[in-house]
Amino acid sequence: MGMRKVAVIGAGMTKFVRRAKETAKELTWQATRMALDSCALTMDDIEAVCLGTAPDAFDGIHMNGEYLSDGAGAWRKPYMRSYVGGGTGVFVPIQGWYHVASGLFDVVLVVAEEKMSSYYPHAQAAFLTIFDHTTERPLKPNLLWIFALEMNRYMNTYGISKQDIARVSVLHKRNAANHPCALLGEPEITVEDVLNSEVLAYPVQRYDVSPVSDGAVAIVLAAEHVAKRITDKPVWIEGVGWNLDTAYWTNRDLAYPRYVEGAARMAYEMAGIKEPRKEINIVEPYDPFDYKALHHLEGLQLAERGKAVQLYIDGTASRDGDLPVCPSGGLLGVGNPIAAAGLMKIAELFWQLRGEAGARQVPGNPRRGLAQAWGDLMQVGTVVIMGR
Amino acid sequence: MSANYQEFPGTPLSENDFTDGTILYNHDALHARFAWDTGIAVGSYLAALKEGILLGAKCSKCRKVVIPPRIVCEWCFRPIEKYVPLQDTGTVNTYSLCYVTWDVQRIKIPEIPAVIEIDGASPLHGIMHKLGEIDPARVEIGMRVKAVWKPAEDRQGAITDILYFKPME
Repeated sequence: MGMRKVAVIGAGMTKFVRRAKETAKELTWQATRMALDSCALTMDDIEAVCLGTAPDAFDGIHMNGEYLSDGAGAWRKPYMRSYVGGGTGVFVPIQGWYHVASGLFDVVLVVAEEKMSSYYPHAQAAFLTIFDHTTERPLKPNLLWIFALEMNRYMNTYGISKQDIARVSVLHKRNAANHPCALLGEPEITVEDVLNSEVLAYPVQRYDVSPVSDGAVAIVLAAEHVAKRITDKPVWIEGVGWNLDTAYWTNRDLAYPRYVEGAARMAYEMAGIKEPRKEINIVEPYDPFDYKALHHLEGLQLAERGKAVQLYIDGTASRDGDLPVCPSGGLLGVGNPIAAAGLMKIAELFWQLRGEAGARQVPGNPRRGLAQAWGDLMQVGTVVIMGR
Repeated sequence: MSANYQEFPGTPLSENDFTDGTILYNHDALHARFAWDTGIAVGSYLAALKEGILLGAKCSKCRKVVIPPRIVCEWCFRPIEKYVPLQDTGTVNTYSLCYVTWDVQRIKIPEIPAVIEIDGASPLHGIMHKLGEIDPARVEIGMRVKAVWKPAEDRQGAITDILYFKPME
């Protein structure tokens, strides 16, 4: 298709915290500066900026992309904010990718930020506005409903127990104990802790859910000829995909994410991957809730339908297993500042594939990883495959 | 380079920083008020609710019956012109027992949101609503339920004209 090769050459992130002293702009700048420092570039080297941030309702600021533009270094540059709900964090690097792959720019900064703590008293209420204003919102729905309903349908369709799903939360939170930016790393957490946590919306309990957070992540993308001058260890974007299912979410199969499959198949085809289970070495599926990681692994064709939990039961998903899942700690452990959480997964693959993940490093010199996010009203899938 | 960094930016605050006044903050409330037009398809849906009827729409090409009605078929992108009354009964596709309100207040007796597949609509096609007149411990996926309507004189042409769905004996 005449597309140029695109590499990730630098990454930076802030701590993910429940409430940050820094403003959204300040967090954005901190992540951006760290990403530029990591590859010894300055803002003068950046030709265009892509920014991702989730609903304006969290911030109470209309056109939040413009509001954040100074922190993102966007002034006097081509600048664009993208937004596909929770899928944003893995969509915004795709946007950066096509800026470079197309030949339009050689070096692009991609930054994702979320400050959820401003909404008072709890960001949850801002989510009311994702439901249809006429046919659903009068029922006073709560964001937890939609996940609880989907989780229950998933469990019931395949006969999966709460005990087994809790293993996901345990592995991710334990992994996060090794992440210096993590909000909820818990090295000693057990399945019993998850099952004994407060019931919020059965079957969803407190430890099944990722925390509301503030944070920012940035990466730098470069065309091949630039990337090879700057680093010995470029990490290539080998495939991208995105896909949308019906917004009438009560009119579709809640047990299987077709939109994730659509996004994954697009990315696998671009990357020339025929057998994902053999060719993907690390996977960072989107895990705002523990069952979602399973749901997404199945949509990504990395497990049979209803069987993803086996990866956790037999140790395949562990950091030293055959297919490590969320070695970062994921959203459940590191935190869930929505758009930043998705881009955190891209940064994690960058560090893992370069062998720079420290205590989180997956053994065996992994060659290829996949990051995925999901969002809108449970119907958008975004996928990026990276390799070295 | 994650392993090469000792200190990451970002300064966590706690609730005490607010209550003790160690930080300054600006508190404001936005007053966003709207009046949404209901449109052609959903307008018909609401008018039917006022009459005590659940209205679906049938695509003459795909032969799918969807609810709520819409003017275009998502599958073939042809216009949908036929609206069809459905039953006010259905099957619980999935449910939750929710102990938290939309604005994160804790409640003792759970709300029971559910997706209900409506009889007469295509398989897996339903609406979100709530269940009532049932012990939360007895709710099951696959359970048959029927709408409990507000008295006709109280209906306003809103989804809340159905109070909830209750089990069918």
